[in-house]
Amino acid sequence: MTEATHKDTPLVEVIDLSKYFSIGRKSELHAVDKVSFAIDKGKTLGIVGESGCGKSTLGRTILRLLEPTSGQILFEGEDITKYSKTRMRQLRRTMQIIFQDPYASLNPRKTVADIISQPLIVNNIFDSKDKLAERVAELMEIVGLATRLSDAYPHELDGGRRQRIGVARALALRPKFIVCDEPVSALDVSIQAQILNLLMDLQDDMGLTYMFITHDLSVVKHISDEICVMYLGQIVEKSSSRDLFKNPLHPYTQMLLSAILAPNLSRRKTKKGIVHGEVTSPIDPTPGCRFAPRCDYRMEICTKADPEFREVEPNHYVACYKVEQDLGLDSYISGNQNETGI
Amino acid sequence: MSEYNFNNSDKDGYVLEIKDLEVIYETDLETVHAVNNVSFSVRAGETFGLVGETGAGKTTTALSILRLLPDRTGKVTKGEIFFNGENLLELSDEVMRKEINGERVSMIFQDPMTSLNPIMNVGEQIYEALKYHNPEKKTKEELEKRVEETLELVGIPKKRKNEYPHQFSGGMKQRVIIAIALACKPELLIADEPTTALDVTIQAQVLAMMSELNEKLGTATILITHDLGVVANMCDDAAVMYAGELVELGTVEDIFESEDHHPYTVGLFGSIPNLDEERERLQPIEGLMPDPTALPFGCHFQDRCPYCFDRCINEHPQLLKLSDTHSIRCHLFSDKALEVNHD
Repeated sequence: MTEATHKDTPLVEVIDLSKYFSIGRKSELHAVDKVSFAIDKGKTLGIVGESGCGKSTLGRTILRLLEPTSGQILFEGEDITKYSKTRMRQLRRTMQIIFQDPYASLNPRKTVADIISQPLIVNNIFDSKDKLAERVAELMEIVGLATRLSDAYPHELDGGRRQRIGVARALALRPKFIVCDEPVSALDVSIQAQILNLLMDLQDDMGLTYMFITHDLSVVKHISDEICVMYLGQIVEKSSSRDLFKNPLHPYTQMLLSAILAPNLSRRKTKKGIVHGEVTSPIDPTPGCRFAPRCDYRMEICTKADPEFREVEPNHYVACYKVEQDLGLDSYISGNQNETGI
Repeated sequence: MSEYNFNNSDKDGYVLEIKDLEVIYETDLETVHAVNNVSFSVRAGETFGLVGETGAGKTTTALSILRLLPDRTGKVTKGEIFFNGENLLELSDEVMRKEINGERVSMIFQDPMTSLNPIMNVGEQIYEALKYHNPEKKTKEELEKRVEETLELVGIPKKRKNEYPHQFSGGMKQRVIIAIALACKPELLIADEPTTALDVTIQAQVLAMMSELNEKLGTATILITHDLGVVANMCDDAAVMYAGELVELGTVEDIFESEDHHPYTVGLFGSIPNLDEERERLQPIEGLMPDPTALPFGCHFQDRCPYCFDRCINEHPQLLKLSDTHSIRCHLFSDKALEVNHD
């Protein structure tokens, strides 16, 4: 596949993964559509996109919290899409998730210690209560929660501390891979920075691999090694974090970046490239580039066939006919039509 | 006190002047000191940014201008709010409701999903605002025409006026809300986190529209936000709020380009990942905002401040004026201050 350049097996690799939801009798909502990427051990892949682009569905499908419609998910080289429930359950020890909303993702009737020990109990990790309590205390220390809070209930704590509980719970089983689904978007900036630093420290200490889902471009740049930009269920651009911000190629990425309001006066009152219109419907999409209706550079071909997601510069993947044209690459129509040059 | 007229000495240019405002929320169990000694002014046509984190008192300040604090618990205990020279706190509820709110001062709330009535079409919701504030006794036809004008003003085709809120996307709903707020051509618009619930590209659309309208209509605007990027791109003046107080006040140039800052402002900037430079770690502000039911005696920021010294614990800092436009509430600047604003 496209990731042949990597020498070692990536920790997680996704090949042509799709997740469709059926709506009504015949319609299908293409939440995730033929997505492929790989994440190396110890690295962070950022997934960025606007609401409704399928980024959370992607995160959940990779953990098989949602069953994929088609495609493969390779974890340490093994396809896990066919794993039985029991095998999957064992595997889940190594793959965890941190949820967006620290208010809704913690059981309000359980204490902090209960919440953190839950995964340890469910998986029968310890045979004695003392060992369990010891591990919970250790986890609380790792994420920076004072042990005096172990008997507190979530409602007694602020958003930042709650999100630390979510992190501790995800770490309890010593996972290798964590999907972070907008872990800081519900938090205030000063608290957001505390949690981002915590996540980055944990990655250094434990060699964790993250898939970091967010809509916040400055956060994704800060934390990611590589970034995928998603639009309506598809990845439209993928490259290293630095490269993406220096040299965005896809028109959607360019517009997304120009919509960022930087906290300084340098771009004040300048005309910004404004994306016209809104995200179109992911229900039964017609062939062609999904971004075409909002794109300033739309050509005839764009609404006829899907542009191929291809490497246009070293480790820089884009799905766009205009980029192919600008860089003087051969265009071809992919998908179910004949591969004819244009 | 008049020290707060920091931009020019001419009082007449101000649409809104808040002086020493103090608001508490009182229950039989505890008293929350939500807003403490807040003073600022907004000139006609100006956009004033009020920045701060959750619980800083931004929305409470806005609600006290409209006199919409919760009935039994919320109280203004001190201060004055002058709107074109008239103290809003002294007006009767009826005058507020009929002549001020929605007509001369209006507010845009944060969440476009819940602030529209789901069973009324959007045209009716704009019409409602016009009907209740109709001193010139315009006819129904004239008002209907105004509904259409207002919709087009915010970039919604007038033929959509008979549609219901669920038929609009988030960004379009926020446009409808802005249309309702602007229908009566208010002199002051208070926008409480108008784009927080929206995606970046939609945020850019709505903000561009708001600054265009601000130029066209010359409405004074208070923009409440936690996003320093929004302030940098939209505002003329701004204040940073922390634990119910203004800790720094100035023009956007003062806030974004001056050397001198309140340690909390520095912390806010250190917490945002910077797109232009590579940084390994963020420098967050350690700790949490103090409990508003038991604020510390000295500086409210003392527990989290890396520069805290004896005086910060023993003496509450005043807003120190560093220049005609720039004030900071911090003892570190007592040598640099031009004068002290006693409060």
